[in-house]
Amino acid sequence: MVLSVSDLSVARGGIPVLEGVSFALNPGEALVLRGPNGIGKTTLLRTVAGLQPALAGSVEAAPESLVYAGHADGIKATLSVEENLNFWARVFGTGDISAAIAAFDLGPLAARPAGALSAGQKRRLGLARLLVTGRAVWVLDEPTVSLDRDAVAMFAGAVRAHLAAGGAALIATHIDLGLSEARILDLAPFRAAPLAADDFDGAFL
Amino acid sequence: MIALLTRDLRLAIRAGGGFGLGLAFFLIVVVLVPFGVGPQSALLSTIAPGILWLGALLACLLSLDRILALDWEDGSLDLLATSPLPMEGIVSAKALAHWLTTGLPLVLAAPVLGILLNLPVAGFGWLVASLALGTPALSVIGTFGAALTVGLKRGGLLLSLLVLPLYVPTLIFGAEVARRGAEGMALTTPLALLAGITCGTIALLPFASAAVLRANLR
Repeated sequence: MVLSVSDLSVARGGIPVLEGVSFALNPGEALVLRGPNGIGKTTLLRTVAGLQPALAGSVEAAPESLVYAGHADGIKATLSVEENLNFWARVFGTGDISAAIAAFDLGPLAARPAGALSAGQKRRLGLARLLVTGRAVWVLDEPTVSLDRDAVAMFAGAVRAHLAAGGAALIATHIDLGLSEARILDLAPFRAAPLAADDFDGAFL
Repeated sequence: MIALLTRDLRLAIRAGGGFGLGLAFFLIVVVLVPFGVGPQSALLSTIAPGILWLGALLACLLSLDRILALDWEDGSLDLLATSPLPMEGIVSAKALAHWLTTGLPLVLAAPVLGILLNLPVAGFGWLVASLALGTPALSVIGTFGAALTVGLKRGGLLLSLLVLPLYVPTLIFGAEVARRGAEGMALTTPLALLAGITCGTIALLPFASAAVLRANLR
């Protein structure tokens, strides 16, 4: 088991959004999170990635095994595609970026400043970062935003290759990735009960 | 961390990186002061150490909100926070990059601008020494302020208000070293205090900045 989430409750802006979420990921497995807007998919993923504390419950993963990719790609506009990837490769202590460039067909764009890329190309660069990190568990928030159909297939291929190599992926998405082997978890049943009416005044009466 | 440092330095010298911002501001302030004060070389040489220190401090302040805000906006900060780099290392690398792109050019430019203010010859060495010793503290304290205000839109004003009081001890002792140096007086005490402030901030503030940044990323 590479990631185990048990009885997790998460809050956004101080308001609980999800309660009692439990799931586990084994090597080679992908889990797709679904749910309407505002259900707390992003909050859940940020909690799993360790960017914010959980209200209750626990997230268990091997140290330094997770890599998070959020709505923003963390791309520097004045650096070239190659320099952006090289930076993350050095941060994560891996050297080779050629596999990542090939997987997302960034070869023709390698020397171009990232600021000159289209939205879809930027996203491909952001996703290519996952490959250079060498981490086992991908935690992805809406990875296919602004990708065209070919690029979605490219992404699905990359995820499949990652799973085949013993990795795991936790993906929040609305569209069908064509990953038939992925399990689907609908978050709607875990919606947190609304807070009891604020009894602030009552304490003084 | 070296990767982060080299990336920040590279970003600073690329287009729109703001490398020359602090330096240009410093230049403008120091060049304009003699026009404002008038042609009194004795008065100018008296106020020269203080003006140079004040100019350097304000030039430093000008570029503080860029330290973390840009990385926050494009999401790099989230990704860095989940990377193998410790948060303390991230803020230290950021502060060092800020010093190399803002503080160090100020230190190097100060003696040239000292000529414009009729700084006594004996003061040049001590001016450079005090700036070299004091500006790292400005960068480290500034990074702490930037971490405090990182999530705020247009947090520049709040950042200045938070950071300026923390800059006062460095300004007092830095300008004192430069002034005493120019007048040929004993300066061991302010020099030791300036060095103490810088060493203390470098040793302690990265931990505070990292803790604040973790809370702000939630």
